[in-house]
This record gives sequence, C-alpha cells and structure tokens, in this order.
Amino acid sequence: MPKRTDIKSILIIGSGPIIIGQACEFDYSGTQACKVLREEGYRIILINSNPATIMTDPELADATYIEPITPEFVEMIIEKERPDAILPTMGGQTALNTAVALAERGVLEKYNVELIGANLQAIKKAEDRQLFKKTMLEIGLEMPRGGFVYSIDEALKVVQGIGNFPIIIRPSFTMGGSGGGIAYNIEEFKSIVENGLIQSPTHEVLVEESVLGWKEYELEVMRDTKDNVVIICSIENFDPMGVHTGDSITVAPAQTLTDKEYQYMRDAALKVMRAIGVDTGGSNVQFSMNPANGKMYVIEMNPRVSRSSALASKATGFPIAKIAAKLAVGYTLDEIPNDITKLTPASFEPTIDYTVVKIPRWDFEKFKGVDDTLGVQMKSVGEAMAFGRTFKEALQKTLRSLEQGRAGLGADGKDHFEIDALSAAQKEVWIKNVKEQLRKPKADNIFYLRYAFQLGLSIDDVHSLTKVDPWFLFNIKQIVDLEAQLKKNSLSDIARELFVKAKQFGFSDRQLAHLWKTDESAVRAARKKIGIIPVYKMVDTCAAEFESNTPYHYSTYDQENESKRSGKKKAIILGGGPNRIGQGIEFDYCCVHGVKSLREEGYETIMINCNPETVSTDYDTTDKLYFEPLTVEDVLNICELEQPEGIIVSFGGQTPLKIAKALEANGVKILGTSTEGIDLAEDRERFGDLLRKNKIEHPKYGTAFSVKDALLVAEEIGYPVLVRPSYVLGGRAMQICYTTEALSEYMKLAVDVSPEKPILIDCFLEDAFEFDVDAVCDGDDVLIGGVMEHIEEAGIHSGDSSSVLPPFMLKEEKLLEIIEITKKLSYALHVRGLINVQYAMKNNKVYVLEVNPRASRTVPFVGKATGLPLAKIAAKVMVGRKLKDLGVLGFDFRKVKHMSIKESVFPFNKFPKVKMFLGPEMRSTGEVMGISMSFGASVAKSQLAAGNPLPKDGTIFVSVNNNDKTQETIGIMKEYVKLGFKVMATEGTTKFLTENGVDARPIFKVNEGRPNIVDAIKNGEVQMVINTPLGEESRYDEYSIGWAAIQQKIAFITTLSAAATAVKGIERIKQGKLNVKSIQEYHRSV
Amino acid sequence: MIAKLALENGTIFTGEHFGAEGETFGEVCFNTSITGYQEILTDPSYAGQIVTMTYPLIGNYGVNTEDVESVKPQVSGFIVKEYFDFYSNWRADSSLGDWLKKNNILAIQGIDTRMLTKILRTEGAMRGVISTRDLNDASLIAKAKSSPDMNGRDLAKNVTTKAEYRWSEIDTTNYALGTKNNETNNAKYKVVVVDYGVKQNILRRLTTYGCDLTVVPASYSAEQVLALKPDGIFLSNGPGDPGAVKYAITTIKELIGKKPIFGICLGHQLLGLALGGTTYKLKFGHRGGNHPVKNLKTSVIEITSQNHGFAVDWKSMDQSQVELTHINLNDQTVEGFEHKHHPLFCVQYHPEASPGPHDSDYLFSKFITMMEKQKK
Repeated sequence: MPKRTDIKSILIIGSGPIIIGQACEFDYSGTQACKVLREEGYRIILINSNPATIMTDPELADATYIEPITPEFVEMIIEKERPDAILPTMGGQTALNTAVALAERGVLEKYNVELIGANLQAIKKAEDRQLFKKTMLEIGLEMPRGGFVYSIDEALKVVQGIGNFPIIIRPSFTMGGSGGGIAYNIEEFKSIVENGLIQSPTHEVLVEESVLGWKEYELEVMRDTKDNVVIICSIENFDPMGVHTGDSITVAPAQTLTDKEYQYMRDAALKVMRAIGVDTGGSNVQFSMNPANGKMYVIEMNPRVSRSSALASKATGFPIAKIAAKLAVGYTLDEIPNDITKLTPASFEPTIDYTVVKIPRWDFEKFKGVDDTLGVQMKSVGEAMAFGRTFKEALQKTLRSLEQGRAGLGADGKDHFEIDALSAAQKEVWIKNVKEQLRKPKADNIFYLRYAFQLGLSIDDVHSLTKVDPWFLFNIKQIVDLEAQLKKNSLSDIARELFVKAKQFGFSDRQLAHLWKTDESAVRAARKKIGIIPVYKMVDTCAAEFESNTPYHYSTYDQENESKRSGKKKAIILGGGPNRIGQGIEFDYCCVHGVKSLREEGYETIMINCNPETVSTDYDTTDKLYFEPLTVEDVLNICELEQPEGIIVSFGGQTPLKIAKALEANGVKILGTSTEGIDLAEDRERFGDLLRKNKIEHPKYGTAFSVKDALLVAEEIGYPVLVRPSYVLGGRAMQICYTTEALSEYMKLAVDVSPEKPILIDCFLEDAFEFDVDAVCDGDDVLIGGVMEHIEEAGIHSGDSSSVLPPFMLKEEKLLEIIEITKKLSYALHVRGLINVQYAMKNNKVYVLEVNPRASRTVPFVGKATGLPLAKIAAKVMVGRKLKDLGVLGFDFRKVKHMSIKESVFPFNKFPKVKMFLGPEMRSTGEVMGISMSFGASVAKSQLAAGNPLPKDGTIFVSVNNNDKTQETIGIMKEYVKLGFKVMATEGTTKFLTENGVDARPIFKVNEGRPNIVDAIKNGEVQMVINTPLGEESRYDEYSIGWAAIQQKIAFITTLSAAATAVKGIERIKQGKLNVKSIQEYHRSV
Repeated sequence: MIAKLALENGTIFTGEHFGAEGETFGEVCFNTSITGYQEILTDPSYAGQIVTMTYPLIGNYGVNTEDVESVKPQVSGFIVKEYFDFYSNWRADSSLGDWLKKNNILAIQGIDTRMLTKILRTEGAMRGVISTRDLNDASLIAKAKSSPDMNGRDLAKNVTTKAEYRWSEIDTTNYALGTKNNETNNAKYKVVVVDYGVKQNILRRLTTYGCDLTVVPASYSAEQVLALKPDGIFLSNGPGDPGAVKYAITTIKELIGKKPIFGICLGHQLLGLALGGTTYKLKFGHRGGNHPVKNLKTSVIEITSQNHGFAVDWKSMDQSQVELTHINLNDQTVEGFEHKHHPLFCVQYHPEASPGPHDSDYLFSKFITMMEKQKK
C-alpha cells in the first residue's frame, strides 16, 4: 500500500528532558521521524519541552512547540494546529502516556485525531501488565508466576501463592521501572510494595516469581499493515535477569542460542506482536530463558521505539525509527528500500558479521549515599557501544569508550592490584573480596570478573557467583590469559603474531604500554613500524552479501580495509562519547550542527563517536561515520587514514578536549581556538595574569598542590571558598567550604591531589547573581548569542540552575559591561569559534568566574530562545569564514521580546536517601525550556515541564535555615499569603514568620513527634515545599521531606531565589490559562 | 596448526586449522545465517562445498544430537573467523571441533571471512582448497584450479539413500515449530519422498503434518514410485547442478499429473527442467536465513531460509502451463511456481527452515490440502 493521502498533518510527541531511562535515543528517533515524514510531504507539528534536542530545531518541523508535554498543553496545540494524526511511538514512555491520556479525555475524538504507529488498544495491551499477561497466556506463551496487587494485603496473598523469595516487584506505568525492586525477605517486600503503590499512577504493583539468574534476551521487531513481520536484531544480555536492561551490558547478536532456540523465540516475538496488535512500527520484546532447560518466559514488550531499538539501529545499520515512521503512514516493508544497500527492500532481516557490545555508564559518585547495587530500576545515565570482529575486541573497545579512565579490561595501571605483586596471603584476602563483590550485581563488576580469573577462580566458580553465561566468562578469561602471556614479553621482543593477537583481542596501545612498561607512543610507533594497523569494515545490514556504499565504519584488526579516502577536502568532528551528568545531549546537538554547517561549506565531514543513543551517530547525519572510541589511539588511526584538513575538538564537551593536545602533538591540526588558547583559559595563573592585564575583576583565587597548601591559600583568600580539582566538567567533586575543618575534610576525602593534579581554590561570592554568556569570535568580531541570568545565586552549578534569556533584572549598563568583557576576553584568548563566560555580580560589581573557549551546555538553549544557530556559525568561523560575511552581526539578542527559561531536571526520584539540594557539583540529567511573552508564564511552564508543577492554591510548607531568616524571606512569604496560600512551618521558622507578620501553623519535624511534616505531605495537606538547607550537611529530616514531596509529585524548592521566582509563576497561573506558540512564530518576531 | 585456504582466482588466506587435518576441495560459498551452523553442516545440499560463515563467532553453543539434518556433516570443508572450542548451551554434548574431527571434516579459522565473502560476491562462488598438509601457495592454487567444477555435477547420487526406508519421527525437541511436541502422529497420507539429499527436518515436518513417509533413492523410476501407491510425491532438496541429474528429470516427467507433487530446492529445479524449462547458475547463490520472498498470491512476505546455487529461468518456462507464485525480493529470482492444471507446486527455498525462520511452514499444509482434494 502506498502512503496515506487522507492525512496531511501529523503531530509528533517528543520525550521531554533527559532523565534516567529516557535519553538522547528519543531525539534520534524523533529526528528521524520528523525528517522522513516531512520528506513524504506531511505537515509536521512537534512538541518537546527539551530545547537541547536536534528535533526541536526549527527547520525540522513546520511548527515546533517547546512546551510542557502534558495532556493540557498537547490539547491546546491540537486545538490550534488541528493535526490529522498523532505519532506517539517516537517519544518514549512520556509520549505514549500522553497519548493514552489524550484518548481517555476524549481529546482525540473531539478533534478527530487518529493515533498512528500504535493504536490505543495495542498500547494498553502492552502497557497494562495484567492485560499483557492475559494476552500472553492466550497465545500460549508463559510469564513468571505472580499477580497484580493494589494493596499490601493483596500483595501478601500473592507472595504466599508463589511460596519463596526472592520476589520481584514492579509498579505499573512508571518510567525505567522506577519504584520497583527485588525483595529477599518479607520486611523488604512490604517496604518496596508500599513505595511501588505510591509511585504507580494507577497504584498497581506487579508481584512476581523471581527469574534471577536466568538468561535475558531481547528481539527488535517491525510489522506493517500487511502483517509482514521482521526481526531487526537479537540482543543477549551479558548480565542475567535481575538487572534492568538499561543497566546491563548487552551484546548483539545473541551468542549462545542454537538456531532452534532462536527461532522459537522469533516465533514467540511474532506472536506477541500480532496479539498485542502493533500494526505499524517497531517494538521490542524481552524474554528470559532458564539456562538449565531452555524454559522461556516473556518478560515485557514496548509498543514503540526504545533505547534498545536505537541500539539495534546503530548495531545493524537498519534505521528502525525511520522505517517505523514510514510504516505508520501506510507504507509496507516491501515498498521501502533498504537504506543501506538501496537495491534490496526493507522487508528482510539484517544479518551482521561482527559483534556489538554496549556498556552502561553510571554516575554514582555524584550521589553520596546511593546504593550502587544494580537491580530492576535503571540507574545508569549513559552508555557506550563498540564493534569488533571478536567479542573480546568489542568489549575492550567499549570499556575504553566509557571514558572512566580505563584503557580496556584493566591492565592499565588502574586496577585494584597487580597480580604479580600479591603475596599468598594478600591473594587469599582478594579472593574473598572478589567473591563478595561478585555476589551482587555492581557497576564495576566487569573488572572483578577479570580479578577473579587472575586470582585463579574457574569459569564454574565465577558462573555460580554471577550467573553470567560461561561463554562470556570464557571470553573474559581468554583476555586475562593473553594479558598474562603478553606480560612475559616486552615491546622489543614481542612476536608479530602475538602483537596482532593482542590487537584482535581489543588491547589498546595504552594497555600494552602498561604491560610492557613503556609509553603509549612507543607502542604506537613500534606497531606501525611492523605494519600492524587497523582496517575499517563497513556496517551494511547484510554481512557483505550485497554491495553497499554506506559510509559507516568500525575498526578491527583484520586483512582488508574497506574505508577508502576520498579526494575531497575533509574535516573531522569529535563527538562527546557516552552521556554523563555534565556532558550530554547539548554537546551532541553542537556536534550535529557542526556537521551540518561544514557540509554546507563543502567539506566532507567525518564524525567519530561511540554513543549509540545520539543523532551524531546516525550515518545519515554525516558524510562519513566512524563508530569508534574517542581515545588518542583510535582517533589518530582515523586521522592517519583520512588525512583531514583539520579536526574540531570544541563541540563534544570535555571528551575531545582531553585528547586535543596529544592529537596536535601527532600532527593533527586543531580547527578553531588553538589548544594554546584553551590552555590559557584553563591555567589559573596565566589566566589570572590575563585578567589583571585587561583590568577584569575576578574572585580571589589560588592553586594548591598539597593539603597544607590548600589551608594556607584558603586563609589568604578568606572563607567561604569554592574548591575543585582542575580540568573537570560538570563540577565533579566541587564543594563550598565555610570553615578550615570542612576544607581539610574535603582535601582528605574527596580528591587525590598532586603536583600534576592541583586543587583550585576560589573565593566564594555569597549571594551573588550569576550570568552566562555564549558568543562566537572570528578574531575580528564577536557575536553575542545571548546573556543569561541565573535564577539561583552563584555557588550552584550553572548546569543545575535555571537561566533566563534575556536577563530579567540586570541593568542595561551592567549588561553592556558584561558584553564588553566577553568581547575583550574573546580577543585576548584568540578565540576562533565558541566561547562561554560565566559571571557573578555582587554589590553591583561584575566578576569573571570562568571562561571556556568551547561549546557550552547552553548553546542549544540560546539557539531555541533566539533562533540564532550559534554552533553552526561557530563551525564556519573555525574553517575561516568571517562573521561579517556570514551576515549575522546585525543580530541583537536584546531585541528578543519573549522570555525563555531553562530549568534543570534531577534524578532524585531514582535515588532515595540522596540529598536533594543544589550545590556546586552538577547533578541534573536534563533540561526543559519554558517560553512565553511574560516572565511569570515562562516560570510556570518551565516548572510544569520539569515535573515540578506549581500549585494554584493550598498550603506551603516552609523551613528556612538561620541565614535565610531575613526580611527578604518575609517579603516572599507575604506574596504567597497575598495569593491566598496558607503557610505551615517548623517551629523555628513559624516563630520567625509570625513575629514578622506572616501567619504560619507549626508542625513537627520528623523526629519531633506525630503527625509530622512527612505525614502532612503524604496526606496531601501540603501543595508545595520551600526548604533551604544550611551548608552541605543534610539531615535525615531534609531528605525524608524531599522524598515525600517527590512521591506526592509536589513542587520542592530549595533556594529563596527559586521561591521568589515561583511566586511570579503562580501569580500568572492564577490569572488564567497559559497559551502555546510555536518557536517558528517566536523566531519570526526577532 | 597452520591451515591455508587457496581459491582458484589465486587468493590465499592463512589461518589455523580446527576439526580434522588434511586437505579438502570444494566450491567455496558463504552462508549469512548467524545461528544454525550444525544444521548447515549436516545439510546434504552442501555436499561438494566448502562453507564460509559470515558471522564471525562460531562454535559458541557446541553441537547436540538433535539439530541435525542428516546423519553426519556433509560439507567438504568449513571456514570461520573465530572458532570457539568452549561452548555453552544446555543441549550441547560436544564441541564443534571435536565433532568435525570425528567426522573427518577439515575447518579453518582466523581468516578475514568478510574479505572472502566479498571476493565470492564479486567474482562468484569458486573452487577452493583447504590444507594443513600442503602450505605451498602455488601448489594449492593449482589444486584449486584442477578440482571438479560444480557445473554439470550430479552430487545427488552421492548423498541419496541407498535403499528405500520408512520415516515416522516427528520433531520432538522443545523447539519444534508450530505444533505441540506431544501431538500424535496419526498418519493419513502416504507420501513418497524422492531423496536427492533430503534434509531430515523436511521429513519431520511432513510427518508432523500427518504423512506416512517412504524415502526412496533418487534413481527410483516413476514406476517404482507409483508402485508404492502414494497419495503424494515429495521431491527433495539436494546438492549439485540440477541439469546433471538427467534420470531424475525423466522420472519426474512421468510422474507429473499422476499424483500431487511438492518440490523443495533441487526438487523445484528438477520440476522446472521436467516441465521444459532451463536452470542457470547464480553468481554466488542464496545462502542464509534472511531472504525476503513475496508470495504473489497473497502479497505476504516470508523471511526464508535459502541454500541454492542454481535457479530456474522463468523465461524458459511454458507460461501456459505454470504460474509464478513466489519471487525473491532481493534479486527478483524465481522462488516458487505451481502448475495451472496439475496438483503440483514447488519452492526454491526451505519452508522446513532448520536453520532459519518458520514463516513458510504453511506450504506443508498446502501439500496436505492438495492430497486431501485428490483423495476425494
């Protein structure tokens, strides 16, 4: 059937902010859907609250709404745009849930809008666990025993039925399995069920027999209107059942199934697809299998594209989202050509001739007190993937792609021990430790598997501890055994065959250098001298059966190289690697813009990246894609083959910057600001000189190379001080210290400090206003993209604070001063491309806090708020274009009449018992934007989009620290009272408020008696919490209040400035309904 | 131990041996299935061929006693990127290498199988030799060049059964497709299977659908076949050039119109020849488990298991007699046809799967329906 002509316009729902469980993969799928459906001639309307996405670029849709993804807002858009259809399968659980809500409210019927891609019944059958289970049993498939419960009593009955622990608990309709868990005893069981019942929007929890230790598989399935069903990819989890797939190491294709078993699973997946009734599009079906007898259970299915479908797309070269979008508008699989071969149709099953490994990345160190045991609730914030012709190669490449300082599976000097150096007694201790560690799934267990084999444990031993399939363990043991063999040699006497074998097993030059006690460059030089260089193989969906020209490659050590250098002028852009807190989608956005821009300039643009979630690793985005780790070794190999004119390191965050110097030392030309300029901005002393020379104010600072140093420096600067290690992104290990004791504690515990790794100490400007500027400089001119004012005061990481563009309280004169300093700094640092400057203002004096001559996290926000594509302009400047010639110097962000607010989104709902207060260390995973013509409306929208909806009325609980017991607080609280709110407060705060004329009702703190504040929150008596903590110490009270607020989904505010801002939002909400406007409309007015 | 693979075009690959030692010849071809090496190795259609697996990691799940398509491995040789002697699967009882060694099959690992595949794709399937004995490049290339060509070779006679036998085994594994394991075999239809190298899963499928099978040698005459009073006749898959199996073509000509006939693979090609058409050698053949075939009658696409180096030339067929029912969507080649007047149909691909998807299993029930109609 050709495409449908009865529909003309389609609304696509995005997934909103990046959160744990929902990341860039939905920007990748949404972007593909927008592109392909627009090519087909449909009018595309898009809603996504996340400004850092490529999909919200104005040129990707006809009308783009950066608005909160709630049924109310989507309805307003439907009312305005009157789309014929909604495609809800591209935006993860958020989009699916929103579509269901719209259908249930009768909105779809009212406006005659059709759901395409997945119908309501299919969504419900797949999402409602009870209905799903019933459907599975009907088609003869089995699921774990258990049942749905709506109360603790029911839960206890089900447990009796199952008979034994452990028991799995999964709340219905929660994201990334949040609120679920594994209970090993009745007490634990009760507590998890209780929490799950609260978390589930339908107060429904699934209590189930445990299949812990079973093997876990996933199949990616596509189906068209003619009932053609194909499997795109099979995935086997390295980690057995019990660990969320998002937290598992996964491998494609499945490795340990015979064809009989695989086909049995394939048949089941087809049955599931048909029974659920997904008639157009992609889904994934998860299975578990008992390794002892092959008994198979269906675990779940997602009737939409997912993280795994993004992975499967990248792993096979079959663009699932793109094809799913085409199927949704009526095409059938045989009518769509295979994207890669062009000659064969999409109605086939990709086959691959390599192995792909994905490993998650966790950021536990940012959340003190969090339980780092892996379970059914996803905790990772990103992932890396790599290809290899052996599993061993793919595994080690992925491990070095993760950028956690590891060069592969250990053997890099970062291990807990060197096996040769251990005494017999120490070995005994380590055997005990390793066994203990491996009993529970933990983030770094992959390295413990290595230790286990080094310490002489057998595959059987390790299998019984971990339930990891023996075949995987064997491969790890092979790596460990080869390492031991390599260690017996040195660079000067290594046999060529063994050297080649090491490379085929994925050993990096850095690992070999460690094993042979030499340096990486020596290994590289020796390796090249004897002609051991990687070849690049193509990802072609068909294992070379058909010819294809898709420029999508990975490296391996084999015979034939398939990546041919073209004669065109070329530039390489380095991506940002795996997502992590502090470096995420914003940088991928910049990379993609860089690619687009350089292609416009006539460059063959080559992308190198290893993050499967991203748009940058879509082979459609670039002229040539290398899916490779971003290490010096891997990037240099590509540079040596491709001989680019230059390489861009300033778009991918800290990842490419870290290797810039080494690349340059090896003869690679860095485009844009020189490494010298970058260094100058990073080097405290030299940068300080530069500031003084240019008469620019900055907070007092110093550098410490030892603990003793630090105390002296701090004394000289005066407390409070802001301390952090040099060269970090996202404020890793950054802290404000108010006292000598706090500082010495920090120095002792938080960081290792050495002459190579100094500690930076700054005077902390308390209660200062903070500003951010993004600009582009070409040497002759500076283009200011925007000046943003932070809502939170200085001291809260800029990535965590909300920022407003244009500034809402800054005087014209100070604004001009900030612009002038930005220009001065751009010239002084010889910036060619992007620059970001952070300022603080205290007592009307402007201080420079930090300068980064590279893409910043706010570049996409500036782009969406103003319509100025800063990253694109920067890329052109980097290859020599002038701002004057680009015709952009007439832009003035001050002419923007609408207000845009960027608000951060935090993962606290995944991490109970973690303090929920903002500080200098960044902890947000994503961002949303609120845009409107007034400050108040933008505040209200940004809070709503961030999942922190402001109340219209009710009671506000207030607890402020002693420093905040000021007239300012009284002023703010009076405004709330004026708006009709009642105030509830702790005893101390009540006293302070009533004495100052604000009526407040006292309530117990958690440890003071009952009913206390947590009871009040749980009982729905509180509609908003304002709780300002003192210093970095969090008391039990504070996180239990925060946790209760999260569970009740009420606004939780931790700074006075945010409280003052929220009032403006509430004021606006009370005035009446907010309205929607597309960013194309906003931008037209600039 | 070092092993070398030499191709007739002069390419040499050096790797390591596994399985048996020695020297072996054959037509080098590639199979793109990720799973199913044991079924592939035991498929008699691979007689005379050296099979390359494009999936690089082979041996992972070992071998077992159930996943066999004939009593022993049938290939002339086997080529993989990385062989695993260590295996993990609850049904496995031996490593692949030990099993190959026991059955005297020579295999080579550690070579760039993707490069080899590309050579075969661009230059066509070609003769080759694997050796652990002779490591002299020139000598090996000469041997490859002088080994027998697949064109004009009747290999069916080598792999067909020596004597007639009855078959009643249904698929008993947990992973039997479609039907339940414990379904009783109340055989309703007497079917004669002409064995040109039949895969056992065809027999299991037919039995599961209620057929009582008599498997006969390829050399049986029409008279001998009909003397068994079958309700239907099945023409099996098999190796080699269909044009070379002249006796079978003669027999089939005599059988057409007498009883319902179902042919698979070589059986399909022989039917094409018997009906007056011609066959030709494909450049590198279809071997894998992911080929899209369109059923022209229903427009439904089946993902199919394939293993063939020859194909029926549709232009050569008498269109007034036969109707094209299935085509391959990758290259539009003939995948199935049926007779307009007689109860006869056949497919080029493998509805019995093993290895491969089960999408086309309905063809067995089509055969049953055909016999049912004739009985009435």
